[in-house]
Amino acid sequence: MMLPMTPTIRLQRERFDIADETAALTRGRTEIGAVVTFTGICRADENGEPIAALTLEHYPDMAAAEIARHVEEAQSRWPLLGVTVIHRHGRIAPGEDIVLVATASSHRQAAFAAAEFLMDYLKTRAPFWKQVEKASGKTWVEAKDADNSAAARWLGPGAAAAE
Amino acid sequence: MKLRYFAWVRERIGVAEEDVDPPADVVTVGELVAWLSGRGEGYAYAFENPKVVRAAIDKSHVRADAKISGAGEIAFFPPMTGG
Repeated sequence: MMLPMTPTIRLQRERFDIADETAALTRGRTEIGAVVTFTGICRADENGEPIAALTLEHYPDMAAAEIARHVEEAQSRWPLLGVTVIHRHGRIAPGEDIVLVATASSHRQAAFAAAEFLMDYLKTRAPFWKQVEKASGKTWVEAKDADNSAAARWLGPGAAAAE
Repeated sequence: MKLRYFAWVRERIGVAEEDVDPPADVVTVGELVAWLSGRGEGYAYAFENPKVVRAAIDKSHVRADAKISGAGEIAFFPPMTGG
């Protein structure tokens, strides 16, 4: 029997510790057989040009609501035993973590699929915007078609029109 | 109603949020964009390509044909680049 699961969703400026978050997800939960974690990290370049930092702007209430909606969607699609989503905002230096998605399930397939689903949706539907600081000035990162295609593959036939 | 702007939409318009009272014939999000575009250079620049700008009503994504009546807060922003 599956225990009820309360997801952890946090939007924060502070750094997070992946090991601590994974431990919190599985503590005392011996029915969990698989945890998948995805970490998004700030690269030191954007389109081949070095960057000093990223600044993430977000729409706080909507981001929390939108992530919660997609976590619920993931829970309805896969037999998950735990989900943690942490998304940072503010100024982030190269090498620092930006986002963590951790999914727990009895078996790996559900955990892998749910983590990928959540990341694809975070990229295209969660209201966050990246600005990069380069020697030439600050510029907003443009949305990538590849991210939209990645998110669209989770939609059923006909659902693309709703995007 | 309250409007909120984010990222380059906010920068081009020059404010992060404001209260507006559009005329009664402004019924949809698309019509609101057209009405806002006539309010000044910054607005016209922000909405120069209205298909690119995304909208949310009360913190849910909506399309240009969504009705604005009863909305508490409408937000405009570029395509999202989080994750």
